[in-house]
Amino acid sequence: MHYHWDLAMVLADTDRWWHGIVITLLYSVATVVGGIVIGVFCGLALLGRKRWITLPLEGYVEIFRCTPLLIQIVWFYYALPILLNFSLPAWLAAGLGLTLYMGAFCTEIFRAGVMSIGRGQWQAGRALGMTYTRLMRRIVLPQAVRRMVPPLVNQSITQLKNTALLYVVAVPDLMYTSSIITAETYRPLEVYTTAAAIYFIMLYPLTLFAKRLETRVDR
Amino acid sequence: MTGEDDRHRPMIAVTDLVKNYGPVPAVRGVSLGVARGEVVVLIGPSGCGKSTLLRCVHLLEEPTSGTIRVGAQQITFGGGGKALVGRKLAAYRSRIGMVFQHFELFPHMTALQNVMEGPVTVKRMNRRAAADLARGLLAKVGLAGKEPSYPAQLSGGQAQRVAIARALAMSPEVMLFDEVTSALDPELVGEVLAVMRQLGEDGTTMIVVTHEITFARDIADHVLFMDGGAIAEHGPADEVLVRPANPRTRAFLSRFHHAGALRSAG
Repeated sequence: MHYHWDLAMVLADTDRWWHGIVITLLYSVATVVGGIVIGVFCGLALLGRKRWITLPLEGYVEIFRCTPLLIQIVWFYYALPILLNFSLPAWLAAGLGLTLYMGAFCTEIFRAGVMSIGRGQWQAGRALGMTYTRLMRRIVLPQAVRRMVPPLVNQSITQLKNTALLYVVAVPDLMYTSSIITAETYRPLEVYTTAAAIYFIMLYPLTLFAKRLETRVDR
Repeated sequence: MTGEDDRHRPMIAVTDLVKNYGPVPAVRGVSLGVARGEVVVLIGPSGCGKSTLLRCVHLLEEPTSGTIRVGAQQITFGGGGKALVGRKLAAYRSRIGMVFQHFELFPHMTALQNVMEGPVTVKRMNRRAAADLARGLLAKVGLAGKEPSYPAQLSGGQAQRVAIARALAMSPEVMLFDEVTSALDPELVGEVLAVMRQLGEDGTTMIVVTHEITFARDIADHVLFMDGGAIAEHGPADEVLVRPANPRTRAFLSRFHHAGALRSAG
């Protein structure tokens, strides 16, 4: 079988490809940042002992960790409007799903990072006469953050790939753009290979970065 | 120097201290007084409550009942709720130095930063003064030149001496040592004990929990033998360690005699 590759035809509309890449990157950065903000607050709150705070937060984390992201996005777009009586625009429904999903994982990463700092370090800080806030800021967080960075980078890599799910609500990210170009050119081989290559080029340096961070933390 | 008044009014007084973990008693009504400049050594079998007692004095554990007086501050426990919280608790702890079995240096800070941390963060001392103080203390524990080292780069003995300097940097009224040589390789124990011996000679008020009986005899003004959460015997080091009256003290010490630990000293 001799397939004649025609990349030029597929790549002709450079603007459209760039647009898709920009949307993918924007969603990745915005939802990762949003997720980290959620993670810091929920993670800190989960460290406390007040059940009326921790119980709902644990519920949030488990619901978003244990259901498919695809369902969350579709649910915010198609199902939530029925409850609220008004519909969210596709870009918001998808962004909400992605952010809350990332937030659930970040909460867990943040909580686990702080918990990983041994009791002895807390006691050493207390023994010097530090209050809870000082102890957190000077002793616990500086150590915990170092341990959180590798899992956060890994989760961010996953998150960038997850933005491909924007496809289902027709937000024109890299994946959705590819499907449109395919429909117009009838060249799925070239289009999807190109899309995969672009994702790879964006993510491979990040994985190298994550690996380097991990070896540095081991030291 | 121990003045006549100080002798009558110890700088630390613990009265009827009780600590229960749920229904399990760890310390059952212990009373002790430590005069200014005095070195008190707590010995006893593991699980006898000596570490718990020490941690109660530092309020790392909240005593179940009893009173503790440090200097002019008297605290009574068991009145429902915590006796001290927040800033007051932190202020109390800042007056007492604690050295732990596993050092617990802050791994993200150099030796110098570890020692500076208390004065800078808690006492709001300016950085330059704190650095000078820290350098002086590191020199005092024999670690001049190790200022830029991180804890991971230090031997256990060096790390424990940094931990002692870190506690001293707060100019505590009393220093507590919780089995500080138990986690060290045998050849590193001596350097830590030497530092503690020097502190004792300098007139630092100390309560020391240790299994080093020979060392206890050298350094202690007063020895308390604890067993089953209570003080079974107490008195001057030479009496308790060499001519113990209580059969349980004798049984405990005989293990060390057999090991030859006291042969030269006894």
